[in-house]
Amino acid sequence: MGKPSDLVQGTLDLLILKTISLEPKHGWAIAKRIQQISAEVLQVQQGSLYPALHRLEQQGWIKAHWDETEGGRKAKFYSLTRAGRTQMEKELAQWDRLSTAINLVVQTNEA
Amino acid sequence: MRWIDKLLLRFRSLSSHPRVEQELDDELRFHLQQQIDENLTAGMSTEEAHYAARRTIGGLAQIREQCRDMRGLNMVDNAVQDFRYAIRQLRRNPGFACTSIFVLALGICAAVAIFGFVDAALIKPLPYRDQSRLVAAFESSPGDGRSVLSYLDFADWKSLNKVFSSIDAYALNGGFTLSTGTGAEQVPGTRVSAGFFRTLGVTPVLGRDFHSGEDSPAATHTVLLSYAAWQSRFGARLDVLGQTVKLNGAPSIIIGVLPRDFHLASYGAAEFWATLRSSDNCEQHRECHNLITIARLKDGVSIETASANMQSIARQLRNQYPDSNRDFGSANLVSLRNVIVGDVRPILLVLLSGAGLLLIIAYVNVTTLLLARCDKRQREIAVREALGASSSRLFHQFATEGFALAAVGGFFGLVFAEWGMRLLASLIPADKMDNMPYLRGLGLNLLTVASACSMSLLAAILFATIPIARTSLSEMTEGLKEGARGYAGTTWRRFGSNLVVVEVAIAIVLMVGAGLLGKSLYLLLHLDVGFRPDHLALLQTAWPPGSYDTDQQKIVLERQILDRILTLPGVKSAAISLAPPIDSAWGTTSFHVAGRPNHGEHNEVLNRQVSSEYFTTLQARLLRGRYFLEAEDASKPLVVIINRTLARKYFPNEDPVGMQIYNDWEPRALMQIVGLVDDIKEGPLEGATLPVLYVPFNQNPVAWPALLVRTSLAEASLFPKMVT
Repeated sequence: MGKPSDLVQGTLDLLILKTISLEPKHGWAIAKRIQQISAEVLQVQQGSLYPALHRLEQQGWIKAHWDETEGGRKAKFYSLTRAGRTQMEKELAQWDRLSTAINLVVQTNEA
Repeated sequence: MRWIDKLLLRFRSLSSHPRVEQELDDELRFHLQQQIDENLTAGMSTEEAHYAARRTIGGLAQIREQCRDMRGLNMVDNAVQDFRYAIRQLRRNPGFACTSIFVLALGICAAVAIFGFVDAALIKPLPYRDQSRLVAAFESSPGDGRSVLSYLDFADWKSLNKVFSSIDAYALNGGFTLSTGTGAEQVPGTRVSAGFFRTLGVTPVLGRDFHSGEDSPAATHTVLLSYAAWQSRFGARLDVLGQTVKLNGAPSIIIGVLPRDFHLASYGAAEFWATLRSSDNCEQHRECHNLITIARLKDGVSIETASANMQSIARQLRNQYPDSNRDFGSANLVSLRNVIVGDVRPILLVLLSGAGLLLIIAYVNVTTLLLARCDKRQREIAVREALGASSSRLFHQFATEGFALAAVGGFFGLVFAEWGMRLLASLIPADKMDNMPYLRGLGLNLLTVASACSMSLLAAILFATIPIARTSLSEMTEGLKEGARGYAGTTWRRFGSNLVVVEVAIAIVLMVGAGLLGKSLYLLLHLDVGFRPDHLALLQTAWPPGSYDTDQQKIVLERQILDRILTLPGVKSAAISLAPPIDSAWGTTSFHVAGRPNHGEHNEVLNRQVSSEYFTTLQARLLRGRYFLEAEDASKPLVVIINRTLARKYFPNEDPVGMQIYNDWEPRALMQIVGLVDDIKEGPLEGATLPVLYVPFNQNPVAWPALLVRTSLAEASLFPKMVT
């Protein structure tokens, strides 16, 4: 179960940034998208998603605007800012380094 | 991220608080709707779909709270809440609140008020350009390290020095008689060399400065006005330039007005600034010392280098003019700032330290009160903690209370300080204020307010940390125990008593200091001045030059003045002297005893030309011999009276009465000592009693003597009649 506390610290930010890097999405869509791409492994709880979104917005990495969804409802859409994109690149590189390192450790046969 | 954008976002979160809240609500409701839609699509009943959606989302209120935290909204809300709570707490304990705020306000008031004086006198720059390069140059004699220069010495210093980019001077013996439509008026002012204001770096706000050469004997008389004189005497009219005023009988053209903030504290208030003339009487004699010299150091020249150069020049002049410069073989350079504020610096620093100690006492007092209150609040804190208040939230609250206390105390302190400064400044007599013009700018300014703020901040930090440390160090749950009364750990009890020790120590230092000051003042006030100071009225006379120039005219005038004064009701006796007693120690001569070897020593003593009733009017004590007689004028043998200090210094174990002395500048005129009088305080109160040589006015008439009147009525009632 992908409870938020199970996510590696700080990865939620990366997931969010990556998810909206192509097109603006609202909170619901972001959660669904992460769930779908990760083949239902990662389930982002609303309790951590929205505080994270607001924090990212406060830090200026994402910006929000109100728009209509396909269903005709008003929703708050988030998109990446230029600073957010830089931040995403940084976090991606860091994630690569970290996961490679962890893989090296857990997959070695000499343990 | 540009910090400015972040700031804008945060500002938006805070300023448009309700809208942000509304958006947050809408956003979460949208999410809920989506979840419900999904549930419906999955085939749930409407009710079920709603219920399940709410369950998956979890506590909406909690999410909202977390989002608000992320936006920093809670921080502000909590702070506001804490502040309200703090104020409520203070109002619930008016005794504690009033005492601590009052104590703190008093401490800050004293410190800020004194700091205001320090700022005005010692920190604020003087109104001169590049003032750190300005020095005052004095001659140094064995008895006086800051002896003023004669004009001829000044001229030599000017031409011989290699260390000053410019050197100029002003005269100490200032004052002008201004002829007005109805008569004449004595006005404050002085004479300066032509480059004086350029050396100081002061430019007139109106008109022009003196041209170089405008101080030559042949130049037309020109005069600069002080800003105050321009305002009060000439109504701040622009056409004042080119007008002619008669100063000391000489028509002088007004050429300019000095800036409003210009002052020369070492001279005092001066309204008219004319030029020195080498043709003036005093300026022609190397013995006549009347100039204070101000010089600007050349770039790269230190005051020590300059001093060395001036020493050699002073030595050279002494060798060249042994008669006049025998005692002035060295020079003394002092920074101008030192000359101007040197007198008040030690006083202010002592006061500032005193105020600082007082502030510490205030801090300690309030801290002790806070500690005591902390003990009383153990129960409350424990309950709040038990109810779920996080300790950081509790600390926040303590901090807020400390800040609230410090802020209110600091505010009142600042208000009191403003009053305090006005009050203290108004206690300074006007004539003393003339010598401290830099205090006119006294008041709250950026620096004094900043000082008050930093004092409050320090208090806030202290008042916040002490209770926090106090609570976190003691076991919280202790407070919950039944019957646990004011819990105070030994550490804190010891800390408390140490505070008291510190406080008492500081208080004793302050008390001893105040006691010593009080004693000095008492001694000064009860000093034996050698005469009866009550019912004695003083008046300074002056007349236009040219009207009473001859000795005979002066004597006749003196007689007329005294005779008219004596007819006034209540007047018992009247006398005149060169200067009133307890004045500055000016007017000196040097003498030798007839029949003793003269090695050219400089036996400098105060010299007072007094009328025959001087001693009886003052009710001085005659020790031996007699007083002067009214009939003793130029036709009679020359006589003098000496004071006890002079007798002790120059006639030890001898009876001076009957011996003969002569002034160094007139060795053939022998004067007989006819009387020995007990010391009258002729110089300043706080200085040592000086040797004084009294001579009869009728044998040595001087211009502009002081008038002393003994009256049986109140002195003040006499003044209006004396002046007319």
